[in-house]
Amino acid sequence: MKSTVIRLFLSLAVILSIIIAISCTKLQSRSIRVGVAGAHSGDLASYGLPTLKAAELVVKDINAKGGILGRKVELLVEDDVCKPEVATNIASKLLSNEVHVVLGHICSGATKAALGIYKESKIITMSPSATNPQLTQSGNYPNFFRTIASDDAQAKLEVDFALDILKLKKIAVLHDKGDYGKGLAEFAKEFLDKSGRAEVVLYEGITPGAVDYSAVIQKIKNSEAEAVIYGGYHPEASKLVMLMRKKKMDTVFISDDGVKDMTFIKVAGEYAEGVYATGPKDVSKNPLAIAAADAHKKAYGSDPGAFFLNAYAATQALLNAIEKAGSTDYKAVTNALRTEYVDTPLGKIRFDERGDAIGVGFSMYQVKNGEYAEVK
Amino acid sequence: MRKLSEIKKSFLASIWFMFLTFPIMVIRVNPIEKVVEWRWRNMVFVGVGSFILSFVWRYMIRQKESGLKKNRADDRHKTPFIQRVREERRLFIPLIAVLSVLGVSFPFIFSAYQVNIMTTALMYVVLGLGLNIVVGLAGLLDLGYVAFYAVGAYTYGLLNHHFGLGFWAVLPAGAFMGALFGILLGFPVLRLRGDYLAIVTLGFGEIIRLVLENWNDFSFGPSGIANIDRPSFFGAQLSLQNATVYIYFLMIAIALFTVFVVNRLQNSRIGRAWVALREDEIACEAMGIDKTKTKLSAFALGATWAGMMGVLFAAKTTFINPASFTFLESAIILSIVVLGGMGSITGVIIGAFVLILLPEYLRAFSEYRMLLFGAILVIMMVFRPQGIISNVRRTYKFAGINISGEQSK
Amino acid sequence: MEYFIQLFLGGLTRGSIYALIALGYTMVYGIIELINFAHGEIYTIGAFTALITASVLTLYGFNEISILILASLVAVIYSSAYGFTIEKIAYKPLRHAPRLSPLISAIGMSVFLQNYVLLAQTSDFLPFPGLVPEFQFMKKYEHIFSSTELMIFLTTSVVMIILTLVIKFTKIGKAMRATAQDRKMAMLVGVDVNRIVSITFIIGSALAAIGGVLIASHIGQINFYIGFIAGIKAFTAAVLGGIGSIPGAVLGGFILGWTESFATGYVSSDYEDVFAFALLVLILIFRPAGILGKSKAQKV
Repeated sequence: MKSTVIRLFLSLAVILSIIIAISCTKLQSRSIRVGVAGAHSGDLASYGLPTLKAAELVVKDINAKGGILGRKVELLVEDDVCKPEVATNIASKLLSNEVHVVLGHICSGATKAALGIYKESKIITMSPSATNPQLTQSGNYPNFFRTIASDDAQAKLEVDFALDILKLKKIAVLHDKGDYGKGLAEFAKEFLDKSGRAEVVLYEGITPGAVDYSAVIQKIKNSEAEAVIYGGYHPEASKLVMLMRKKKMDTVFISDDGVKDMTFIKVAGEYAEGVYATGPKDVSKNPLAIAAADAHKKAYGSDPGAFFLNAYAATQALLNAIEKAGSTDYKAVTNALRTEYVDTPLGKIRFDERGDAIGVGFSMYQVKNGEYAEVK
Repeated sequence: MRKLSEIKKSFLASIWFMFLTFPIMVIRVNPIEKVVEWRWRNMVFVGVGSFILSFVWRYMIRQKESGLKKNRADDRHKTPFIQRVREERRLFIPLIAVLSVLGVSFPFIFSAYQVNIMTTALMYVVLGLGLNIVVGLAGLLDLGYVAFYAVGAYTYGLLNHHFGLGFWAVLPAGAFMGALFGILLGFPVLRLRGDYLAIVTLGFGEIIRLVLENWNDFSFGPSGIANIDRPSFFGAQLSLQNATVYIYFLMIAIALFTVFVVNRLQNSRIGRAWVALREDEIACEAMGIDKTKTKLSAFALGATWAGMMGVLFAAKTTFINPASFTFLESAIILSIVVLGGMGSITGVIIGAFVLILLPEYLRAFSEYRMLLFGAILVIMMVFRPQGIISNVRRTYKFAGINISGEQSK
Repeated sequence: MEYFIQLFLGGLTRGSIYALIALGYTMVYGIIELINFAHGEIYTIGAFTALITASVLTLYGFNEISILILASLVAVIYSSAYGFTIEKIAYKPLRHAPRLSPLISAIGMSVFLQNYVLLAQTSDFLPFPGLVPEFQFMKKYEHIFSSTELMIFLTTSVVMIILTLVIKFTKIGKAMRATAQDRKMAMLVGVDVNRIVSITFIIGSALAAIGGVLIASHIGQINFYIGFIAGIKAFTAAVLGGIGSIPGAVLGGFILGWTESFATGYVSSDYEDVFAFALLVLILIFRPAGILGKSKAQKV
């Protein structure tokens, strides 16, 4: 009997000490710690992993040059699977590990959930991909910055393009039911309705990952829409476009920067020709962007994925601001982010009062000969 | 001689796995650039790894089988360890004392992150206990339990957003809404059994999520509801740090309350009726138990806890959107119940801690985390199919009379 | 009217896809009463193997037809091997375990395989070559019904017929039915139950692989997650038709496909899944064992 008691307490003690050991691993105190949070597993991993790779590349570069302010930069990588509840958990984990700044999160929902926690602890958070307008426009989150334009700006551009340049009258608005896609589609619909110059003949959400989209395609055809404005990411967009073209429909396809991705063209191949997509101002000639993509190819053997350049720019902006501020102090760094221009693959950027990037302009692109060309 | 055949077996296993993993692990194509990458090194890893693992695997299978035989032989003399702990006051009281000291001091020793995940684990304890009523006791396989969780969360989210109602006011409302939806689901599926029930509940869970996702005017769609109030402390709003600790203690209280209620429920008239229904529906009806009422009460009482936890979930994360309520979540809660041991309260508690804390501590393995999680689920089930703590059936003994007839099963 | 026909054909394609995968579910369920959640992942693995084989073969300059045949063949072989191995590792040791344990094991296997493909390959979407050649005689109808869609429909029909015949008339089929009815009795009359279960898994996995190749060439892209959603839908189809019944799985697939197609066409695609599941609930209320399922007499 006695031995059981002892065994019980021993095992408890072991478990306890393991927990303590895990939780108390102190990190190198002198390094500058950047939290990288986003979806690194699960179905949205393909939007989170490129950011991680971008951060790794930038940090490797900077550390090779001796770090900033004489300190090495260290990444603390956490996976939030794009779920709000996991995001809050890892936000508090990053805080416990005393990060200085956070690169992330990837999805708007997870970002919103985690921001409340970062805000209370005055941690600067910069997302390469969270486009929900409220994040900056509500003024609730002074610690939030992003290197991507918000949904309404993109929707406005898409609608203006369709109305003023293409002079379309009947438009179908589709989205992928996601936070990003649906938000964008709602703005597009709102702007179209307000303009009174075109009719929204169809407003639908498609189910991402569904095995087939023929029914929706038939519906578009039946509605006699001249164009489709699609809010969402490239996998669904390429399926839609391919099916439409295979069914011999020449409906104009206008989409967002979730689609303005080389993968879209490569997946959709010849069917991608003629598709419009909004995206950050042309960076294909920007030597920094080319260098970043090359570095990715060299390190990982493949082309960079979604939001890679945004993340690259965000990491650079964060680290640059820390360097210019001369410390990791919240006020100083925020100030530096708002005043100091930094050279990134997206161009020369700084941030406005609300946290949106200035200098990250948007323009319309069209696929021509297997490449996105800016429409002037 | 035996050694040689063992090596041969492992060798064959290793060849087999090298063959099996060849296209996925060794070749990586880039169909866009038309490049093929051969990663022969992976093949060596797989070969060596499966060679060693197959030894371990066979050894453990043998252990399990001999264990089973031994168990059968001296079943009556050896009660399981946990049950013995519960029955022996000398063990039970110090254990409880240690656990409560640990529980109380936890937030003061560990970081906010640790407290946070512990709160999450406690939430899953309650969710597991709730689902245990439906699956473990009443034997109704429910794959859409997360729907009630969502109902609770949105009850608080919406009431808080539109009317500014506080956590304490909504907590009972969330529980009530959970129960209501439990009955709503219960009615149409009364006639179904087994896996048909499972797929309908799965569908129900998906329907709730899809409605929340699509019905923008009602639920704000996929962008969710932000800035939900944290629970107030006698009317005062707490800082983030204090709120974390506060929710932790709140959660401990709710978990204890749940354990107490579920325990009482299990031994009550209705609890016995659930078990009877699980064992044999027809015999149960013949004994005069109202099948409809019993099943509905199981659904309703199970869903109540999910509704309550939903409210707490919304209050803890302060943001909700439909992405939190997917089928995988239901699967994890179900795994807690089965892994812990169906019908056993202690089992479910341990199951929840294992399954929720495990992925958190596996974060060290970063990208291999979910791979390991899946593997561990399989391994746990293979080597302990009855769960960590198997539910010991209530047996009654007559002192002095020798029972020789073996109980079936 | 043309709109209706187009929706009908769209539903047919979608239904055939569900049916192909549902066949595997229904067979496994019929024999060992297990919802094999890892079945969707087998389909993913089939698609990936086909893609890899096709790419390698293209590199060595094979012609189109031989690529289609070889890629499908390799996909079928590998998926079957995976199905066989999964059964041996995750389900066979659980033959006598409590009813829900294999289910959890299956969920674990599904998570494991998903992440295995993610880690060993990539998280990105990969373009999948259109392996099915364009038939000349279909040129005129290409805008309503493509060659690939025709191929999917034909394959499903042929597979269903062959499968029904196999189960009705061959020795293995008889043994399968015997095992499904009563495992113990089957063993007593000399059926090697373990072998039959293995064969069931192999056939089911092979079907999933065929489905994977066809669907991937129809959609034109794959990633590690495609199996999960397709799997859940296919399982719904299997239950709808009456799980354990082979024509039932196909019928269930078609009904589900049409429901979704018409719901999208005439109502809104926002709620296509809601319609699908609502239909399932309705049918099960009136026919608790599915459309073609026989409600078993209860043994008292």
